[in-house]
Amino acid sequence: MRGAPATMTVLRPRSAAEALRLYASNPEAIPLAGGTDFMVGWNAGQANGLTILDLAAARSWTHIEATKAAVTIGALATHAEIQRDKHVRRHLPLLVAACGTVGGLQIQNRGTLGGNIANASPAGDTFPPLAVYEATIEIASARGRRRVAFGSIFAGVKKTVLGPGELIEAIHVPIPRTPSRQLWRKVGTRAAQAISKTMVAGLLWLGRDGTVTELRFALGSMAPTVRRLSKAEAFVEGKRLSREVIHEACALMKQDVAPIDDMRSTAEYRLAVSQNLLAGFLTRQT
Amino acid sequence: MTPSAAGLRLRVNGKPVRFAGAPFTRLLDVLREELGLTGTKEGCGEGECGACTVLLDGRPVNSCLIPICQAAGRRVETVESLGTEASLNVVQRAFLTQGGAQCGICTPGMLMTAWAYVRGGGSSEPAAIRRELAGNLCRCTGYQHIVNSVIAALRARRRSHAKQRSEPKRTVGRQRKPATKPQARRR
Repeated sequence: MRGAPATMTVLRPRSAAEALRLYASNPEAIPLAGGTDFMVGWNAGQANGLTILDLAAARSWTHIEATKAAVTIGALATHAEIQRDKHVRRHLPLLVAACGTVGGLQIQNRGTLGGNIANASPAGDTFPPLAVYEATIEIASARGRRRVAFGSIFAGVKKTVLGPGELIEAIHVPIPRTPSRQLWRKVGTRAAQAISKTMVAGLLWLGRDGTVTELRFALGSMAPTVRRLSKAEAFVEGKRLSREVIHEACALMKQDVAPIDDMRSTAEYRLAVSQNLLAGFLTRQT
Repeated sequence: MTPSAAGLRLRVNGKPVRFAGAPFTRLLDVLREELGLTGTKEGCGEGECGACTVLLDGRPVNSCLIPICQAAGRRVETVESLGTEASLNVVQRAFLTQGGAQCGICTPGMLMTAWAYVRGGGSSEPAAIRRELAGNLCRCTGYQHIVNSVIAALRARRRSHAKQRSEPKRTVGRQRKPATKPQARRR
């Protein structure tokens, strides 16, 4: 079975405002941003007979803006546009690095940050950086707007807390104070076009005396949704990063993740590699 | 909101095109089946292999993942826009001389990604070229000849640009023998 275009109903709003109105009256429609994930299933014949809300004309949602305090990325900004943006490059290097590992160039030129989030894959490449940057998601509907912390946007594998008629409008990322160390690392089968076995983003701030002021560490592909290491983060705070402290922080990782065996990796490999990446980050080997 | 009455309009290889079929038809199928532009190939149909790469508003995309409604009002360039047998584009000539093509199924997509990169004045660092071409898979060449092809195309383009700059404006009347074949002039 293949994708059958004649079975599809396409709604084509001419603006973001019209998209919200149309979605309110057609809550069963599938919002289509860059389509890089949806079209794979559609090509295989898994999504015929649906109504599509084509967001291609919602140009006002592609902008990237910055103030002193935050960078606001329109939901329809592509991974390529995010990598090129000077504000993102300057303030959010982990997000730049993550966007550069999404598929290949062709995917980065189409896939959007809002689409990536709404798609809610456990392996979304941009999620660990957004988790450590503590982003906020701006959600719009015909009825109004609301904000949800990035840590609360996912409800499970391929599920978000978006309600009927709600679309992601923008991603608001506070600019962090300059960290002492930062890390982005995606572990996959090959350098490009790979879906991750595990991936990590880390930000670390150290005091003058070498004690930890703050650690933020997030993992992707290690649970149904992206996970911050709340136990390990709290444990290292105020401590020097001795061998024993790092060992204990790595042991605590297990309490915040739930890796599985699947076609890409095993739970054991995922946990071991993730612990090694955390240990390396805390001992400055990465 | 109801496009099918008037049809979708876009530009393909510089020409205006109107498509009155189902708006969820893939760009790839419109190019191949409606417009007869069969240079663009379908490989995996999953956005992994890049064989179907075309340029959308100048940037490489997978035409197998784009319903035609998302290309409305935009510019599409396919491999047919690059050159003719008599007058090859700089990237096509480089792939020929450097052995950048073997079985050929990846070549149209590879050429389009390479052309966007060369036209944009990309770096000749092999690592940068490999990163740029990472979304185009080739199972024959082992990629080294493809990277060499892109480097050769970048050099050829720089040479021809430098020459255009250094050549004095010709005075009307006396014509010198052309230094190279007429196809040397390209966009």
